[in-house]
Formats: sequence, C-alpha cells, structure tokens
Amino acid sequence: MINYIWMVTLFPLIGVVLNGLAGVKFPRKVTGAIGSLAILGSFLTACLIFAEVLRLPAAQRTSEVVLFTWIACGSLLVNIGFLVDPLSLVMLLTVSGVSFIIHIYSMGYMAEDEGFRRYFTYLNLFVFFMLILVSANSFLLMFVGWEGVGLCSYLLIGFWYQRRAPADAGKKAFVVNRIGDYGFLLAMMLIFVTFKTLDFSTVFAAAPHTLESGGLAVTLITLLLFLGACGKSAQIPLYVWLPDAMEGPTPVSALIHAATMVTAGVYMVVRCSVLYSLAPLSMDVVAIIGCLTAIYAASIGLMQNDIKRVLAYSTISQLGYMFLACGVGAFSAGIFHLVTHAFFKALLFLGAGSVMHGMAGELDMRKMGALKSKMPWTYWTFLIGTLALAGIFPFAGFFSKDEILWDVLQKSTVLWAGGAIGAFMTAFYMFRAVFMTFHGESRVDEQVHVHESPRVMLIPLGVLALLSVAGGFIGLPLIEGGNRLKEFLVPVIALAGHGAAAQHGAHEAGFEAVMMVVSLGVALAGIALAWLMYIKNPAVPEKLSERLSGLYRLIYNKYFVDEACAAVIVEPVKNGSLFLWRACDNKVIDGAVNGSGAVMLRASRILQRVQTGMVQGYALGFVGGVIAVLYIVFAM
Amino acid sequence: MGLISTITFLPLIGAALVAIGPREKSTTLKAIALAVTLLTFFISIGLFTGFAVGDGDFQFVEERPWVEGLGIKYKVGIDGISLFLVLLSTLLSVVAVAASWADIQKRVKEFLICLLLLETGMIGVFVSLDLFLFYVFWEVMLIPMYLLIGVWGNPARRVYAAVKFFIYTMFGSLLMLVAILVLYFYHGSSTGTYSFDLISCYALKIPLSMQIWLFLAFGLAFAIKVPMFPFHTWLPDAHTEAPTVGSVLLAAVLLKMGTYGFLRFNLPLFPEASVMFVPLLAGLALVGIIYGALVAMVQADVKRLVAFSSVSHLGFVVLGIFALNVEGMTGAMLQMLNHGFSTGALFLIVGMLYERRHTRLIADFGGLSKVMPVFATFFMIVTLSSIGLPGLNGFVGEFLILLGAFRTEPLWAVFAALGVILAAVYMLWMFQRVMFGEVDKEENRTLKDLSLREVAILLVMAFFIVQFGVYPKPYIDRIEPSVKVVLKRVEERTALKDAGRGEPIKRVIFTQHEKKQAVQE
Repeated sequence: MINYIWMVTLFPLIGVVLNGLAGVKFPRKVTGAIGSLAILGSFLTACLIFAEVLRLPAAQRTSEVVLFTWIACGSLLVNIGFLVDPLSLVMLLTVSGVSFIIHIYSMGYMAEDEGFRRYFTYLNLFVFFMLILVSANSFLLMFVGWEGVGLCSYLLIGFWYQRRAPADAGKKAFVVNRIGDYGFLLAMMLIFVTFKTLDFSTVFAAAPHTLESGGLAVTLITLLLFLGACGKSAQIPLYVWLPDAMEGPTPVSALIHAATMVTAGVYMVVRCSVLYSLAPLSMDVVAIIGCLTAIYAASIGLMQNDIKRVLAYSTISQLGYMFLACGVGAFSAGIFHLVTHAFFKALLFLGAGSVMHGMAGELDMRKMGALKSKMPWTYWTFLIGTLALAGIFPFAGFFSKDEILWDVLQKSTVLWAGGAIGAFMTAFYMFRAVFMTFHGESRVDEQVHVHESPRVMLIPLGVLALLSVAGGFIGLPLIEGGNRLKEFLVPVIALAGHGAAAQHGAHEAGFEAVMMVVSLGVALAGIALAWLMYIKNPAVPEKLSERLSGLYRLIYNKYFVDEACAAVIVEPVKNGSLFLWRACDNKVIDGAVNGSGAVMLRASRILQRVQTGMVQGYALGFVGGVIAVLYIVFAM
Repeated sequence: MGLISTITFLPLIGAALVAIGPREKSTTLKAIALAVTLLTFFISIGLFTGFAVGDGDFQFVEERPWVEGLGIKYKVGIDGISLFLVLLSTLLSVVAVAASWADIQKRVKEFLICLLLLETGMIGVFVSLDLFLFYVFWEVMLIPMYLLIGVWGNPARRVYAAVKFFIYTMFGSLLMLVAILVLYFYHGSSTGTYSFDLISCYALKIPLSMQIWLFLAFGLAFAIKVPMFPFHTWLPDAHTEAPTVGSVLLAAVLLKMGTYGFLRFNLPLFPEASVMFVPLLAGLALVGIIYGALVAMVQADVKRLVAFSSVSHLGFVVLGIFALNVEGMTGAMLQMLNHGFSTGALFLIVGMLYERRHTRLIADFGGLSKVMPVFATFFMIVTLSSIGLPGLNGFVGEFLILLGAFRTEPLWAVFAALGVILAAVYMLWMFQRVMFGEVDKEENRTLKDLSLREVAILLVMAFFIVQFGVYPKPYIDRIEPSVKVVLKRVEERTALKDAGRGEPIKRVIFTQHEKKQAVQE
C-alpha cells in the first residue's frame, strides 16, 4: 500500500480535472460531491498507509516512492517522489482529514455562490498541492507544493475578485510569500552546492558529518529556510498578509489560513530538524521570532472587532507557539500543537462562518451579542474550540500548549514568560469574542433574521468539536509511555536529538504537574478578566480605551505596520521605478539614440554630395573601406 | 534536399505560392499560408524524432559549395541548442498565421509573404553552420520584420518604431559583418584556406587581443538583439507598435537569436575573451533583470509592460549562459523556449484584448474576468507561467539558471532571485487591474469571450506551458550534451573548470569548512 502513496495526491487532481474542465454542466450537488469524495479518497488512502506503517517496527517506518525523473541536468537530479515517514503521515492525515470536513461544510456554506464550481476546483487544487508539500521527498518538490498552495491561497483569497479588498489581499499574500520564497530558493542553492542533491534523505543523512555544527553554512541555510517559513506561516516580519487574507470565503480561512497551509512553515522546520539542530543560532532566532510573534499578534487580537480578524491574529500567535517549540528543540511538541490547532482553529473559523451565515454576512462583533440561544449548536461547538484554544483541561489545546511551555521552560525562563503572557492574552481575546458574540445584550440589527445553520454545516462543527476534545489524548504527557505522537515521530526527529534539542529524558512528573496548574491558572485568569470586562462591567472597555487612547489607537490600528510598509517600501519602489524609466530609458538612452540619429541626419546631408551616382566611385570607396578595416585589424 | 533544407525553404516556396495567388481571395491566401506553415511544422518534427539523443554534435548536416572561389558554403545542421529553436520557429509560425486570421485586413497578401519569408529567415539563422550563410539569413529576417512593424503596425508611431528597430539592429549587424570578414581573413592567413565554415573556425586559435575585438563586435550585435540593458530601448517601441503577430514572433523567436548567438558564436569562437567578459555580461544581465522588472511595474500600457518583462527574462538567459556551467547554460536554453511560449502567449492575449477594445492601456480595462471567463483562465495560466510558478514551464529554466549562477558566483543568484519577486509584483498587479474588480467601463461590458479559433491557439500554448513544467526531460536530454560540447570548447582553452560536474566552485563559502575537514583527515 505504501507504494500507492501517489494516489493520495491523485484523487484531488482528479477532482480538479472533473470539476474544472468537464464540470461546466454539473449540478451543484454533483460538483460538491466530486470535490468532497476526492478528498475522502485521499484521506482513506492515507489511513490505509498509516495502518500499514503502524504495523512495521519503528526503524522501518521510512520509505521513499519515486514515480519518475523530473529534472536531470548537470549534477542536479530531482525526482517526482514521495517520502513516507511518521512525520509526513501525521501531516497527510491531518491535512486530508480536516480538508474533507471543510469540503463538506463548504457544500452548505457556498451553496448560493455563483462561483461554486470554481470554488471546489480551487479547493481541490489546494489540497493537491498541500499533499505534495507534506509528502515530497526533496526540497525542490516540496517547493512545488509550497508555491502551489501559495497560488491557491491567492486564488481563494481573491475569490470574490470583483470587490477591491479581496483582490488586493490575494495579491499581497502572494507577493509577501514570494519574499519568503526568496529565502527558500537561496537556501536550496546553498544546500545543493553543499550536498550536490536536494533529496531529503541524502541531505539529512549527510548533514551531521558534512556541515560544521554552528558553522556559517548551516546557519545560513537554516535562516534562509526560516525566512521562507516566516512568509508561509505568517511570522514577524512577513505576517502582514494573513489578516488581510480573511477577505476570502470563511471555509478557506479555516482550511488554508488556519489548519493547513500556514502550518507548512512549521512542518518545514521540523522536517529540517537535523539541520536546525546543527545551527544553535538559527534555533535561537526561530524561538525568539516565534515568541515575539506569539505575543505581538495576541496583543493585536485583544482589540479587533471583526470576529475573523480575531481568529486570524490568533492563528499568527499560535503559529508563533509552534515555532517557539521548534526553536527550543521540542519539534514533536510543535507538530503536536500543529495538529490540535488544526482541529480547534478550523472549528473556530467554521463556527465564525456559521455565525456569518446566520447573520447575513456580518463580521463585526459589536453588532452581535446574545446569539447563544439562536444558534445553540454553533455556540457550543465554538465554545469547545475556544476552551481548546485557551488551553483549558482536558481540551486538546491544553495538552499541546502545555507541552510547549514545559519544553520552553527547560530552555529559557524569559521565553517561557513570553509564552505565558501570550497564553493569558489568548484566553482573554477568545473569551472576549465568545462573550461579545454569544452572550450579553443583543446588538443585532433588527433587519437581520438570525438563524442556525443547516445540518451540512453543523455536522462538520460537531466532528471538529469532538476532535478538539479528544485530540489532545494522542500526546498525553503524564501517563507512562503515553505520548504516542512523540514516540511515533521519533524516527524522524530523533536524528536531531543529539544536537540542541531539549532532551530532558525522564519527566520530572511532580514539577510538570505544578507547571500544568500554572498554565491552567494563567488561562483561567484571562477568561476571568474577559468576563469582568465584557459581562460583568461592559462599560470598562470603553473607559479603558479613553484612558489609554494613544496605546489603544496604536494597537487597534495594528501598530500601523501596513501604513509604514506602504510608505517605506511600496511607494519608494514605485516612484523610483517611474524615475528610472523616465530618466534612464527615455532621457539618457533614447536621448543618445535619437541624438545620434540627428547627428547622422546632418552628416548625411554633407555626405549627399558624395552620392554622384557613379558606380565605379562606390566600388572604389567600398574596396578602400574594406582594406582600411583589414589594415586596422591586422596591424594591431 | 535534406530535411533541414526542406524545412528552411518550404516557407519560401509558400511565399511564392501566396505571391501568385489571387489577391482578392484573402481567405484562400491565408489557407495557403496556414497549410505551408503546418506542413513545415510537421516535417520539422522529424528533426526531433530523428535526433540522436546523447550526441552533442551537429546532426542532419548538409554541405555543398556555394561560392567556391570565396570559400562560401551552404552548410546547415542542428545540435541540441538549435533543435528546439527551429521547432519553436516552425510552431510559432503556424500560431502566427492562425492569430492574424481576423486581425490583419489590409494587404493580406504582402503580409503573408512577409510572414513566410520571416520563417525562412528564422529557421535559416538557427541552422546555418557557415558564417556567411548565417549573415545572409540574419539580414533576410530583418527586412520582413521591419515591414511587419512599419506597414501593419500601429499607425501613430509605427514608422518611428520600425526605423528604430532597423537602425539599432543594423548597427549591430554591420559590426558583426566586419568581424565575420576579419575571421574569414584570419582563417585564410592562419590555415591557408579561406573559409566561412563555422566548425573549422572553432578550431582557430585566435590571439586574445583579436578575440576581444571580435567578441565585442559579435557581442554587440547579439546584445542588441537580446536585448540587453542598455541596448533595449528599441524593444518596447517595436513591441508596442508592431501588430500582434509581429510582437509574438519578435518575442518568441527573434530575441532568442541574440542569446543563441552568444552560445553558438561568442563562446566557442572566442573562449578566452568570453571568460574575460563574464563579469561585464553577467553584470549587465543582472541590471537587466532588475531594471526590466522595475520599469515593467510602472508601465501603463500592457504591451509595453510585457516588453520590459522580456528584458528581465532575457537577462536571466544571458546570466545563465555566462554562468558557464551545465546547469546555467541548459537552464538558459530552457528559459529561451519557455519565454517563447509564455511571452508569445502574453502577446497573443494582449492582441486579443486589443482586437476587441482597440486599446492597450491597463486603465481602460478592469473586471474582465466576469465578462470573459474562458479568456481569464488562459490569461491566468500564462501569467503564472511568466511568473515562474513551479509546475509550469518558467520555473525549470529559471531555477537551473539561478542554480548555475549560484555555483559560479553566489551573489549573482542573490540579486537575480530578486527578479523572481518583482515578476510576481508587476504581473499580478497588471492582472488584477485588467481582470479583477467591477466592470466599470461601459465598453467592457459587452466584450465577447474567446472564439473557437482563439481557444485553439491558446490551448497549444497552454499545453506546452504545462508540459514543459511537468516533464522537461525530453528537452534537457537533448540540450545538455550540446551545451557540454560548447562548454568543453571553452574549458579546453581557458583555465575555467566547470562547476557542473560535482566539484564545488572555488568561490563558494563552503570551501573553508572543507579545507578544515581535509586538514582533519
């Protein structure tokens, strides 16, 4: 079965072809069914492969399947090939599973949209590239998936291209990602000149004895790769595209901009854990950027009034946690959080979508309130997602976040404190969102007829809610040998273990239990504060914003980063280019060309007199000219 | 008559047929031209199927004396470098005839004659193995192109553009003619026989001082043709004013003659000088890549934007060639073909817009995706191909070029890759302004989507755009051996050692570590 790994990617491609090329006349039900079944096919194939791999002993769980040679030139050989190992399987299962759920949901959410077919075609294409990304056996093929998901993200963010904002946002996402890809590209060059190959297996096997630990080469490679990861996974300074990406349809935000694509950067860092372990400086950079992003984005999330934007900043912040984990060497904790986050963040986005659906597209939480009774299913599932994200026991997010914080604490108290502050803010902004949306007084416009969503949307919410509750148990920390995920990932990550990875062997169970209580306490404090400000004393936020108007405005406007970018980068480049064109092209070069043309014209007026019409004269001149030229050349 | 000669002169016969055909039946004339170009294309496939893979030398060689007293021969042949350029020429000639079907209304007869003459010229340039013959074809091709711009171009500025094109190119060609003559006399004086035969010229050991001048003379002609910064200013004018078909052939085939010239003439004939001039040419290529992209970004006219994007893309090609290793040079060859398809298709697309709307200003469009969904799909694919999206054609060549450049001098790749970012900026921004948003101009509301003929044309282009990206192996397999032959010629005569065979090149930062390791061992 392992040899049929390519089928995982084939199914979505079939979906693209059927819906995209042949599906002009298909009724919507058929289009939606094709799209969803294609992903189900991928998911089931991945499950079968997973089952087979589980039966193998841990040491034999890695294999490669090569389809054909893609590029062979000089010493470069790149195959279309797949890497089946625990890490790629975890990713394949998560991606195809969550994708399937979201496809089902989309059939309800997009039912009325005139671009229904286009939507499912893009969505299948996205899953195709995403599955390539996580199962590729080389950097270059991974890059194909990497750019491919970027393209689909571009197309889906700008899905409603007739409006200005989505089109702008799509373009912004693509261009900012390209800046990250620049790093990825250069990293591949460096890897290639160092290892003469771009295949994962060869590179990682050779890395420990080819690269000097902490040397310039490995540090540059990992930092450049991380630049790529920053673009895709929206980390400082390349996070700016993700909030705008919320212009896309909400299931897209759930799938691409929360559960799957944006985690590609984390996956890439974990995939290269061998390299990162050899570069302590890069590890520190990853950890610090992750930590800063976690706090920074959470702080913006505190004041957003758009429910999707809250979730977007939350996603950025949570991705920061994943990088923080990787940066301290806790790669499996990063993947653990990636998986649980995929469940509960997808759930939250779909919940937000359900709210929008029931409120005629309204996103502003100031115009919501008291939706609890009108949308009970949406409310309860959203609440579960919120509890999971806030890190409340025993929901999924608790285990994964706790493991990250625990691993970080082994490494650095400062980073841990940062993570804890972030966790506090997370709990606060999420419950602020819950309270503003579902509790308190209704601020809903009278025109809007609030209604619960159809079953096709609620069932996916239910499934994801279940996963958000149970998902954490794949990585239970305290039970003896209970961290199945970590154990499963050992063959991939252990290689990196002897480097900078935090190998804290036997858990100090007592201390860990204390820290669990602490992080739980932090989350509860956040919730309590949100309750105080938004339920108990709804006047507080306004007063506070008046008191601290400067700070409030700074954060509310997202630290004016977009404006600064426009002023410092976009405008100067545009004006500079305009100047280049007008001055260099039109004035200098064409000036010279036209000028010499004018000189020629004048000269030819003089030379006119030579034109006697006598052929012999011309011939004489010609021969003389040739002789002169030859003389000049050969005399030198 | 050999295969190559058949392909080369069939269009000429076609031109004669069109010339004696009835002027008033323009559809018949078009049908003749289409049949001839199609036939030529199908016969040219024989070059591909009959090509011995793995052999880097010239194949299908035909040789017969022409002007015996002067040592001028009719000698043609192809290798992996010219093979696909010939195929590109024959394929795009078919596309050109099909694309001009509705576009060209006046002087159809003369137009078709020009087109067919141009095809003979293009093929001739790529197959000539005799310098004199090469020069003849080079000039032959110039005239129909000049007429295409000057007669069927955009009335307002076509004469200015045509003359600018002609003088620029002529200026370069004349220097090249002098250089060819010098080479001819040097051949005579050093070997005792006077010959324009390219292959026997390869064997000449020309003193460096002379190589330098000859390199510059050939190089200038080719640099203008490419065009490389700062000799590029004829291109935006020529492209903007030329009729659609003229732009397509100009971009897809004619520009490649410059980069082809570097590979065919400059490198093997003047290896020492080539190595000497690497910094200059790579430098200009880099400037072209970034400059072209920046200037493309601020164009208000779609066609001008695409023209400047060509400057940037061709900069990549030149950079790849002067990386002087297998990856870079093979990548450059691929990029030439890819640019043929993606930019050729872009000009077709702009032409289709122009036919409908009679404007090329970006600001006059907006929201067309809604009105022309089929057109939008093709436009998107071509745009992505031009951006170099992996999985489509542009990526493979671009990546190999960057890789090759990096091996020679990492900084080149660091700068060149900026062009990859900028490409996304200018192309997507243009696409957004033309295709996305509300349809806010009344005239745009009623634009017709593509006709069957137009779909067929773009399907051909899209097919190759995808095929190249997913499975470039058939091309690389045929190109690489010939690139190695050229490279070997350069290496034999210079101290250059290719990085393409596995040894890391000297300047890469890793040497330090490896030295350290060697010491430890």
